[in-house]
Amino acid sequence: METTDIGLWGVPLAMLGGAIRVSTPFIFVSLGEAITERSGRINLGLEGTLVFGAMSAYAVAVMTGSPWLGLLAAALAGLCFGLFHGWICKFPKVNDIAIGIALMLFGTGLAFFFGKPFIQPSAPDLPAIPFGAWSDIPQVQAALNVNVLFLIGAALAVFLWWAFRNTRIGLMVRVVGDSADAARAMGLNPNTVRLLATGVGGALAGIGGAYLSLYYPGSWTERISSGQGLMAVALVIFARWNPLGCFAAALLFGGAGALGPALQSVGVTEGYYLFYAAPYILTLIIMIATSSRSRTLAGAPGELSITK
Amino acid sequence: MTGKFMLSRRDLLKTSAAGAALGLASAAFPMRAARAAAATVGFIYVGPKDDYGYNQAHAEGAASLKGVEGISIVEEENVPETVDVQKTMESMINLDGASLIFPTSFGYFDPHMLAMCAKFPDVQFRHCGGMWNKDKHPMNAGSYFGYIGMGQYLNGVVAGHTTKSKKLGFVAAKPIPQVLLNINSFLLGARSVDPAITCQVIFTGEWSLAVKEAEATNALIDQGADVVTCHVDSPKVVVETAAGRGAFICGYHANQSPLAPEKYLTGAEWNWAKVYKMFIDDLIAGKPLPNFTRGGLADGFVKMSPLGPAVGEAARKQFDATLAEMMKGGFSVIKGPLKSNKGAVVATEGQAFVETAIELESMDYLVEGVVGSTA
Repeated sequence: METTDIGLWGVPLAMLGGAIRVSTPFIFVSLGEAITERSGRINLGLEGTLVFGAMSAYAVAVMTGSPWLGLLAAALAGLCFGLFHGWICKFPKVNDIAIGIALMLFGTGLAFFFGKPFIQPSAPDLPAIPFGAWSDIPQVQAALNVNVLFLIGAALAVFLWWAFRNTRIGLMVRVVGDSADAARAMGLNPNTVRLLATGVGGALAGIGGAYLSLYYPGSWTERISSGQGLMAVALVIFARWNPLGCFAAALLFGGAGALGPALQSVGVTEGYYLFYAAPYILTLIIMIATSSRSRTLAGAPGELSITK
Repeated sequence: MTGKFMLSRRDLLKTSAAGAALGLASAAFPMRAARAAAATVGFIYVGPKDDYGYNQAHAEGAASLKGVEGISIVEEENVPETVDVQKTMESMINLDGASLIFPTSFGYFDPHMLAMCAKFPDVQFRHCGGMWNKDKHPMNAGSYFGYIGMGQYLNGVVAGHTTKSKKLGFVAAKPIPQVLLNINSFLLGARSVDPAITCQVIFTGEWSLAVKEAEATNALIDQGADVVTCHVDSPKVVVETAAGRGAFICGYHANQSPLAPEKYLTGAEWNWAKVYKMFIDDLIAGKPLPNFTRGGLADGFVKMSPLGPAVGEAARKQFDATLAEMMKGGFSVIKGPLKSNKGAVVATEGQAFVETAIELESMDYLVEGVVGSTA
């Protein structure tokens, strides 16, 4: 293995590479949650969906030898979880947050149960595109090895941003999310729209899980997620329900998460616990800086149970 | 204390289950009750039993006891180092009738296991890695551990011969004495080959954080490390990430060579089957269990993975010679003159700490040549 001494350049490079490597699950889960919340429901169960997606993707990839079938399985499993949440929540007086927490525990528990035999075997990885091939520095090549799912996630963020504004379906989701009464007056069934929106959100979270187990870090263990699904749900609020904001926030979290290890690797070794807290401190600062005394949570859908 | 009068969920379950079990066990399962009276041994793991690492090593040790006459094994995995482990111990004692419990994770010892020792004076507790002290701790508590730092020294010898960049990488969880000794031993092993070698350490802050471990491995390799080892609960992610980047790997806890057969040099492994067998033999013979158990390569507590295909002839020779030296006993990794990486003298000329030296178990420094900080 050849190496080039890159010294302090390692820190920005690691943050760039980290942003690309670590952010993908955040992107998919937060985009999925953005769709669900725009329709007026909160699905807190996406952490469970993410873990179950990671397990089912890995299991199917081990059994069939194809990571793409694994990805499909994860999306389908996520869809089922999402539809289940949407279906239960259509009944009167059901609290979507409570159901979400129940589904989070159910999803992780079920993934542990079915995932036992798959901790040991190795599954094939999803392919990456070497965008760093122009450089002869191995570190740059490694940082710019971009997985296809990251690119799909980026494209999806732009598409959703456009679709919410410019398509009929986008308008339907937004109307249902802002006022169920107005939606009914238009002849829409809010429950059906929300059912589908939660289903799509679940499928995206499942894909995020597949990225964890099939690309980075690329193995199935019960500790694979360490709360990323929950953080992604919080990112949606942080991003003010804007898909482009979700993408940017996911990149920020990915890059900030790489800061701690990168600083230690160049010899800044004191106070690493503080650097590990960087993403959360950053969140607090931005939340405080963008908050306002005169309005509450700009961009929040009117039907969300947290804003009602 | 209001807590005393509150009936916790676990207590409620326990009471009702115990009541039910009393009626059932005597009526329907007289044989089972009789066997349980022989001895039930509980094992508690902080992670999954098949993690290619720390927990797998213990679970393999526990599994080796399953055929022993009169002994039944109860296990629980994924138990956090919180009050949860106290509940697990209580339920093993009250529901399963465990008379000997092995809580295997570092953070279980104080205050959780000590609280249970006080509550159940008739039950024996033996903790992995903790510092049992006759003056401070009860007699039904105890600790066992292996001198795996020796294995990391041997890892370092092979790594020192293999590295071209003269930079090694170490992904570590927390700066506790056992971890620091492993890091120091790894570097000193490598320095026995070439004193110019350095070792970069990255602490992740937790025993198991897959994404952070992968990031740490990438960061080490970005800075030029070409042989990487680790001390985290499950080395699987580190091994796979490093091999994917083309770096060599020295394993830890268990044999990870199936994950990267070409890049795996060797590894320091636990051999808990031997240790648990010793305890169980004493238990069956009715002898008091030792409170403070330690052992190394020579005692069979620790073993090395077979050398991989990338290990050269010179490395193989020095590895064999050093191993033979260690098997005689009395080998010292930490010997003077030696300074910490902050410049403090940790061993003066002529001073040597053999593997059994108790001072090593309160290590709070990284030696010269390790790039990293303990806080």
